[in-house]
Amino acid sequence: MPAARLVLAEDHALLRAGLIQLLEAKGFEILAAVDNLPELQRALADPRADAAVVDVRMPPTFTDEGLRAAIEARAARPGFPVLVLSQYVEQLYARELLASGEGAVGYLLKDRVGDVTEFVDALHRVAAGGTVLDPSVVAAVLDRRRDAPVERLTAREREVLALMAEGRANAGIAQSLVVTEKAVAKHINSIFAKLDLPTDADDHRRVRAVLEWLRV
Amino acid sequence: MPATASTAPGPAGPFRVTGYAVAQVLLFPLAIVLFVLTVVSAVLVVAWIGIPLLLVLLPVLRWIADLHRRMAARTLGSPVPAPYAPLPEGALAALRVRATDTATWRDLLWLLWAMTGGFVLAVVVVVVFLAVVTFPVWFFGSPPVMRIRAAVDRAILTVGRTDRLEERVHALAESRADVVDHSAAELRRIERDLHDGPQARLAAAALSLGLAEDLFETDPVTARRLIGEARATTSTALVELRDVVRGIHPPVLADRGLNGAVRALAIDMAMPVEVESAVPRLPAPVESAVYFVVAECLANVGKHAAADSVHLSLHHDGRVLAGSVADDGRGGADPRRGSGLQGIATRLAAFDGTMAVSSPPGGPTVVRWEVPCPPLASSSPRTMPSSAPA
Repeated sequence: MPAARLVLAEDHALLRAGLIQLLEAKGFEILAAVDNLPELQRALADPRADAAVVDVRMPPTFTDEGLRAAIEARAARPGFPVLVLSQYVEQLYARELLASGEGAVGYLLKDRVGDVTEFVDALHRVAAGGTVLDPSVVAAVLDRRRDAPVERLTAREREVLALMAEGRANAGIAQSLVVTEKAVAKHINSIFAKLDLPTDADDHRRVRAVLEWLRV
Repeated sequence: MPATASTAPGPAGPFRVTGYAVAQVLLFPLAIVLFVLTVVSAVLVVAWIGIPLLLVLLPVLRWIADLHRRMAARTLGSPVPAPYAPLPEGALAALRVRATDTATWRDLLWLLWAMTGGFVLAVVVVVVFLAVVTFPVWFFGSPPVMRIRAAVDRAILTVGRTDRLEERVHALAESRADVVDHSAAELRRIERDLHDGPQARLAAAALSLGLAEDLFETDPVTARRLIGEARATTSTALVELRDVVRGIHPPVLADRGLNGAVRALAIDMAMPVEVESAVPRLPAPVESAVYFVVAECLANVGKHAAADSVHLSLHHDGRVLAGSVADDGRGGADPRRGSGLQGIATRLAAFDGTMAVSSPPGGPTVVRWEVPCPPLASSSPRTMPSSAPA
């Protein structure tokens, strides 16, 4: 399998250099590494790009141009995988990203880059069409929802739910919680029963059901 | 600010001032009736009936005072400006402004003078005019007498601009002191948050890394663990830094302005919040103040109101930003208790903004505010020649 060709947008020189080093070491090919919106738009228009890793805030206005460019790119090329990185996660932005097309989208805090294995794994999942949401988004939603179904979930089930929203498959969840895959499957069945959701073997559809239910 | 200003080419002659004297004598009964009724109505406000009476009486009082201002201006040959505060729309709101305007109280005081000393002077002028033998006295004496009356009229009926400015300076000094206190407290809080949080964490991370460096060759296993700890610590420091920054100027506000930022606040609420917001980009300090006002109101709803739904609205008419947060909760919020609503009022006062809270026991609670502010030129056409620079 040839290396995935990435567009990387990050305006901090140190972080950009670090990300290039990290991603190349993990077998990605950096097609373009840019630090402002016009260059990012040009790079995203390149049909050779397989996926993009984009910072939300960058020149010229230092607001949310990265996010907007990502959403535009996904409008122009439906299903184009984009992983958005930010110093902050806003639920408003999470909603906009999720609404920009089915799957192949990620939204993570920049801190998560520190855990290299996790980060690269997340990027692979997005590139493969999965949905990856930062755990803090899911935590905020669970905090906010005080209705009965959420209250019925056990602490363990909440953990599993959060990991599902992060886009992990059963194996990933099992590894993260240090339990067997069978135990995870049991938790997931219980969660779906409590939340009145149809069970589905397909990971992507399952994540979507959870996100829809959470009304992220 | 003078609402009306009458000017005359020079002091009036004996015929004209006698005309005024006659008019003033004829208006004497009206002055007495008006004075008595106004005082009685003011007392009857307690029993509500006074309010409709004052709705009629205060404009009449203004009319008669304005009439005398014009006569005094012509008699003296110099302008006698009316010092009333500008009236808002709506009869009741206007009544409120009229009743609390010091100029109204001065009008009332002036009626006392017009019924006594002023009346006597006018009568004297009319009498010496009617008694034919005193014609010379009338010819030479009436203008100075009427000028005395006019001068007293002017002294009572014109609150100098100085008084207005003094009032304004007083209000500004008060709001500035509040703002200074508020920002000093904020700075102390930020300093403490940084000191106890990220600073301490980074110091700890540096310590771990230093130890790891020492042990790198002799004890790689421990060194590796220490590096992992340092990374976790920097992550926590970042989380804390984010919280601090959110409290200073939320990133979503910088990105999206008030429309997006209040929606982001609404998303974080446990109950559904209906958001109606279509405001242009405003100067950053105003956006920030209004954002924290909305945040405080929503936080109060979440903590105290036990509400099922909330309505949040923000509108800008080109000059004034008007907003409100209304919930269907249990009511009984008292702006004098608790520092949150006080803090809102202070933030708004810095921009000449005002706030009103209506929260009867049993609800609903409505917090409304208004802040005068022109939009930024880039996001919407200028509506005032004096709009703020972009």
